[in-house]
Amino acid sequence: MEFKELLLQKIKDCLPGFEFTPAEYLGELTLSFNKKNIVKVCQLLKADPELSFNLCEDITAIDCARRTDRYTVVYHIFSMNNKFRLRLKCNVDEGDCSIDSVSSVWKTADWEERETYDMYGIHFNNHPDLRRMYMPEDFEYYPLRKDFPLMGIPGSFPLPKK
Amino acid sequence: MGLESKLKQDGFFTTTVDALAAWSRKNSVWPMPMGISCCAIEMMAVGDPKFDIARFGSEVMRFTPRQCDLMIVAGTVTFKMAHVVKKIFDQMPEPKWVIAMGACTSSGGMYRSYNVVQGIDQFLPVDVYLAGCPPRPENLLNALIQIQKKIGKTRVRDYPDQPLEPQTIQQN
Repeated sequence: MEFKELLLQKIKDCLPGFEFTPAEYLGELTLSFNKKNIVKVCQLLKADPELSFNLCEDITAIDCARRTDRYTVVYHIFSMNNKFRLRLKCNVDEGDCSIDSVSSVWKTADWEERETYDMYGIHFNNHPDLRRMYMPEDFEYYPLRKDFPLMGIPGSFPLPKK
Repeated sequence: MGLESKLKQDGFFTTTVDALAAWSRKNSVWPMPMGISCCAIEMMAVGDPKFDIARFGSEVMRFTPRQCDLMIVAGTVTFKMAHVVKKIFDQMPEPKWVIAMGACTSSGGMYRSYNVVQGIDQFLPVDVYLAGCPPRPENLLNALIQIQKKIGKTRVRDYPDQPLEPQTIQQN
């Protein structure tokens, strides 16, 4: 059995009633599902000895400005043993702009979620230390949102006096 | 220097204090290498034997601002980094000069975006702007020679002793 089929079968067996949409592009698998399941799915993918997705490569987000669910949080995870890369996608609404943190599953997700929070303003629930990563702590905006102007907002970044 | 052959006895020559001070200042410019990004690699090349900034008396790159006369700001200055650059500049003793090395430092360069300062002259008094991305080492030597020309025109009374007051350094 190919690993991809094993993966989908495992998810179906271990998480009954869990709805997701698999999609494949250029040989890479993407699973889209509701954001309330994210921790449950990640725990299964990491803890299962056959799947063993032990590397959380990246967490980022997409701002689809005019969609009802405005943001998509994207997780790139990798299984070293099986040499298999998987992408997880969860939509986040602008009104309730939050998703559960997976830093309890992968420790490296801590900083990746901080970066996503810094750039998109998506709150990660139960995150141990959700502070800004790149921008100054008192910065009020989220620069990678579509409504943030490229040259910034004048006066938002104070310069030292001459 | 060839002078000693002329000095058979106790010799002396006449000059002005201004000329002597400017001559010694301009031939011993100690740079503060503010290497922030890729321009710093070219700045390092200037220090090596091929280009040899020692020919101009500036080989003493001090990594403390307290002993420096010239700040070479080499690299992209972000808004967050601007406070650090300014803080280090404030710690340099007078008289001091600034070279804005490269396109990013002079004008923001290709980084026309919210996070990069569009020219460090918004918060620093720049003396020489240096074109290039990154500039060739010869170009940096040229900038140093321009600084030396500028220093050569200074007079001693341009830089009077400052009263010793506790300096307030701006916090972030």
